[in-house]
Amino acid sequence: MSVFIATSRRRLVTNVLIKSLLLAGVIAALLPLVLVIGYVFAKGLPAFSADFFLTDPTGAFFGDQGGIRSAIIGTFAIVGLASLIAIPTGIALAVYLNEIGKKSKLASGIRYGVDILTGVPSIVFGLFIYSVLVIGDFMTGFAAWKGSLALALLMLPVVIRAGEVSLAMVPTTLREAALALGAPRWRVILFVVLPSAVSGLVTGSLLAIARTAGETAPLLFTVLGAQALTMSFVEPMNSLPLQIFNDIRQPNPDLVTRAWGAALTLILLILVTTLIARFAARRNRI
Amino acid sequence: MTTTIAKKGMNLTVKNIQAFYGESKAVKGVSIDFPANKITALIGPSGCGKSTLVRCLNRMHEEGSSASVRGKVLLNEENIYGADVDPVSVRRTIGMVFQKPNPFPTMSILDNVLAGPRLSGDRAHATRKHAEQALRDVGLWAEVKHKLNRPAADLSGGQQQRLCIARAIALEPEVLLMDEPCSALDPISTQRIEELVLRLKKRFTIVMVTHNLQQAQRVADRTAFMLDGELIEVAATSNLFNKPKDSRTKKYVTGQFG
Repeated sequence: MSVFIATSRRRLVTNVLIKSLLLAGVIAALLPLVLVIGYVFAKGLPAFSADFFLTDPTGAFFGDQGGIRSAIIGTFAIVGLASLIAIPTGIALAVYLNEIGKKSKLASGIRYGVDILTGVPSIVFGLFIYSVLVIGDFMTGFAAWKGSLALALLMLPVVIRAGEVSLAMVPTTLREAALALGAPRWRVILFVVLPSAVSGLVTGSLLAIARTAGETAPLLFTVLGAQALTMSFVEPMNSLPLQIFNDIRQPNPDLVTRAWGAALTLILLILVTTLIARFAARRNRI
Repeated sequence: MTTTIAKKGMNLTVKNIQAFYGESKAVKGVSIDFPANKITALIGPSGCGKSTLVRCLNRMHEEGSSASVRGKVLLNEENIYGADVDPVSVRRTIGMVFQKPNPFPTMSILDNVLAGPRLSGDRAHATRKHAEQALRDVGLWAEVKHKLNRPAADLSGGQQQRLCIARAIALEPEVLLMDEPCSALDPISTQRIEELVLRLKKRFTIVMVTHNLQQAQRVADRTAFMLDGELIEVAATSNLFNKPKDSRTKKYVTGQFG
């Protein structure tokens, strides 16, 4: 007789059952992802050509319709300005929450605010900027920087939360070591805490960028969209989500294909950003 | 070459120090002298308040949340808790080495040694020459001179701890506080640190918390025994271990509790 007690039949059956349930769950989660990405590739890849990336949309319905150059560059410009606003502000707030305020009333107030901000739908930020800055009492007109502002509001809570988490991961012993060397608090933060948390801060920021790059709603009421390439932030500007939004509704298959091409371009850009974030997170971890 | 330049250190006098974590009192009114150029060991069972006491000596204790301190600590007659004294400048003058080696992981070996002068804005001491001297002082120069720009994490635990000591003495403090500096190290590394500490007392006033009674006997000129937040007895090391006055000290040093 074996020393090992034979596993009961019931256990074996349960094991198989649970395993197949988990597998079904994995498939259910992955299937839509694969379908969406596969579909966008199939629809968008035919649009790709040198001209597609190197010319601006002409606005013509027939004939030479042009590419999406101004949309790509517009997305970089609008999201870039949004990042310049949201990332330093977000990291500064995260530093306040984790290093300075900690348990103060103000800090818990900010945390509460950040939680609410996370739950606000992106279109609401668009409407807010629209009513204050586009048709407001003191300022009117569509402009790229107003779209950046709307996106920055969207990015802010993501950057703050990610920043707070990565700052909390910096061991207290390092702060103590720096304090014990006679470093004032601001130097401890600037030269010891932030460099130690840099990979987490970079990851959080890049994920926030990736999340907002595809937002359409906040841009519709603020940036409006354009055909020609512009680098002026006080004018309407083109961007990938707006290009997709406009093209996909056209009763012309060529323009619809351009929309899919723009969608694929956006997905690839976000994919690259996410991969960079992953890579940054893996390197120089504490 | 190991030229540990002798230097007359400063006396550190503790007068009725009480340390609190919130409401609970971890150090209950301790008065003790730490004479210049001597090593004083603090011994006692876990939780007796010896680490807390040491953290009161360079105003690190108050950095913890809801922690507070009452009493006086005089460095050459000047109260480090005086109203117009900046804790930052206290910590420059009274250096500290922690239980676990804690070099800055984002900095190179060289940058770690220079971190003190740089972080406290002391440009004059943030030179490579100065770093070399500090590394020679802790006997690490020969081991690291060819890899000064490597990350500090490349070093072994014992080397890291000597690096942390180099980092502390690069600021040329008057007092060196050591909170169980060898407890995370192997016996060989421990021996090297002990030899180093014996050399360093020519320049500094040294306070060393230790769990290791043999270590106290090997290096300390004076030893203080603490229990439940109180100082029970302080005496020349051989006296404390061989002729303890208090029965609790006797019990502890003979291994009957703790």
